[in-house]
Amino acid sequence: MSPVAERHDSYVAEYGRFASGRGATAPAWVKQRREQAHSQFATAGFPTTRQEDWRFTNITPIAESEFALAAGVFAPASALVAGVTVPGAVRLVIVNGEFAAGLSDLSSLPKGLRIASLSDGARDATDGLETHLAKAFSLATHPFAALNTAFLDDGVAIMVTAGAVVETPVHIVIVTGGDGKAVVAHPRLLIIAGANSQARIAQTFIGAPGAVYFNNAVAEVVVGEGANIELYTDQRESDQAFHIANIQAVVAAKGVFASHAFSTGSRIMRHDIGIALRGEGADCTMNGVYLADGERLMDTHTSLDHAMPHCTSHEIYKGILAGKAKAVFNGRIIVQLDAQKTDAKQTNRALLLSDDAMINSNPQLEIFADDVKCTHGAAVGQLDEEAMFYLQARGLTRAAARDMLLHAFAGEVIAGLKIPALREQIEANFFAALARDLAPRPGSGQERR
Amino acid sequence: MLDVKNLQVRVEDKEILRGINLTVRAGEVHAIMGPNGSGKSTFARALAGHPGYQVTGGSATYQGQDLLDMGPHARARECVFMAFQYSVEIPGVNNAYFLKAALNAKRKQQGLDELDAMDFMALVKQKLKILHVDESMLMRSVNEGFSGGEKKRNEIFHMAVLEPTLAVLDETDSGLDIDALRVVADGVNAMRSPERAFIVVTHYQRLLEYIVPDFVHVLADGRIVRSGGRELALELEEKGYAWTEPAGTGARR
Repeated sequence: MSPVAERHDSYVAEYGRFASGRGATAPAWVKQRREQAHSQFATAGFPTTRQEDWRFTNITPIAESEFALAAGVFAPASALVAGVTVPGAVRLVIVNGEFAAGLSDLSSLPKGLRIASLSDGARDATDGLETHLAKAFSLATHPFAALNTAFLDDGVAIMVTAGAVVETPVHIVIVTGGDGKAVVAHPRLLIIAGANSQARIAQTFIGAPGAVYFNNAVAEVVVGEGANIELYTDQRESDQAFHIANIQAVVAAKGVFASHAFSTGSRIMRHDIGIALRGEGADCTMNGVYLADGERLMDTHTSLDHAMPHCTSHEIYKGILAGKAKAVFNGRIIVQLDAQKTDAKQTNRALLLSDDAMINSNPQLEIFADDVKCTHGAAVGQLDEEAMFYLQARGLTRAAARDMLLHAFAGEVIAGLKIPALREQIEANFFAALARDLAPRPGSGQERR
Repeated sequence: MLDVKNLQVRVEDKEILRGINLTVRAGEVHAIMGPNGSGKSTFARALAGHPGYQVTGGSATYQGQDLLDMGPHARARECVFMAFQYSVEIPGVNNAYFLKAALNAKRKQQGLDELDAMDFMALVKQKLKILHVDESMLMRSVNEGFSGGEKKRNEIFHMAVLEPTLAVLDETDSGLDIDALRVVADGVNAMRSPERAFIVVTHYQRLLEYIVPDFVHVLADGRIVRSGGRELALELEEKGYAWTEPAGTGARR
């Protein structure tokens, strides 16, 4: 038996303790979904680089580590939450996968929005949780989402009432850590947007700087007919953390969904972002910008399922890589036979700031309809030296010129963030991370002349 | 102000400048003319410090300092300005934001207070008016989507705001129609002063009808082969560059 499989056994053992322990009080349908997910994970185990979807992302460091199932609020959680507070927003805090009412702030909860912790909400059939929870993705193709579902216990459900236009943003802060102990958490978010409703929801992933933990998150979004949901993801985990997140959205006719992801943290990141356009005239945006240095790895797999006619999709992913950082971008677009008049546009760009940084970029278009417009473009390069000279020749130092170009590069994606207070916060974090990642590390030789 | 001695420059493995000698004093306007490939633009870019232009010999002393020892940003901060022949489009970088950063970098070097947004805008609006530049140009990304004429005007606009001591204009006239040429020339002429010098690199005599030089130098095959007053430009116009070539080798030591 390989060490990978042994660790996988430890999750199986943990599941046994969880199911008979703190997970024992869940309703039967939750238990059933867990059981399904668990048996899927127990059979398939962790993915390996022999699988196409994981070819460039070796998750052995996750599989080989011993992570204890996290529980409860740990000491630095409230300080971490305070550092990312968005004024005026409804704040929901999830610590180690559990909704933390004490750190949350629901005082500005507007009309049209209902919020439940999943462990409470799951007991109440009226909210549609049973209909939607763990339904937006296939367990077989999303091994980590299956693992999350096996440990499904708590988390947050947000229900937007049909017709409600919610102006107040909702900010979910997902804090993970174990006071020095390496823990794993499986935070869970479910958003159900009724017909013609509108809301802006952000999730910030954070942990204590330098802490080692494994965060395995899943968010499911159900966008009703004509609804408009924006989901912002700020991934600023500890740079020693492992961050695996699934965002899976299903969009009904004339619905609009946008996912914007800003990633600066974690040692290994894997984002699986899937959007299924299941009704005519639906529209989606899937944007992201990420930044990594050292030997970190940022993997984004996006999947867009154009299942119905007259849908549009817009996708821009940008990466900045320094040191020996590695990135993977896989942008899958499926245009099904019925999805005539599809208009899909995908762009992936990466800037490599050192000779050792690298990216594997792969557009994956599977088009079965014949009357469609699909464009994709990938560009990987270095900073434009002519632009660098132009800026320097007007008096900017090389470092200032480089920063200006990098800000402009990332700025296009950050500008899409429509909650001003959050945009400023994310912008500041992104550019602080940029300064950190570009500071030459001793002996790294990453500063190019 | 500028003393260039026996300057030799390579681009990749090709020797382009084979020993340029040029002395520029404050208040003077020098025109550098020459056929394509003679090394005019190489001279301009080498003065600005382009990293692709490798100085293999000679010297350039600017206000007593070794110009060649300074990085491009340091030259700019010491008030050496080059107007680019091909200005670079920089998407996402706001023209005004960039110009303010450039101006404040220079002011800081000079020990002056940095300008805040309001003072900067006041200064900029005054310059825009002189140059007949539309204010919308400020809010666009640097040179992005600019027409050829707009790019040249933007260069002169940057020059007007940065107020250099030594300005090098690299073929600022190329691709301009007569009206745009006049605007650009007016901008330059408005800046002529006893403290400031210009090096105007051009292929055609036409620009020199508007920016009247004190000296004209003819470059051929990486060397200055003729120097003279304004009349030299007229002579060139009449006879063409071919006329300079027989005299080319060893015309000037």
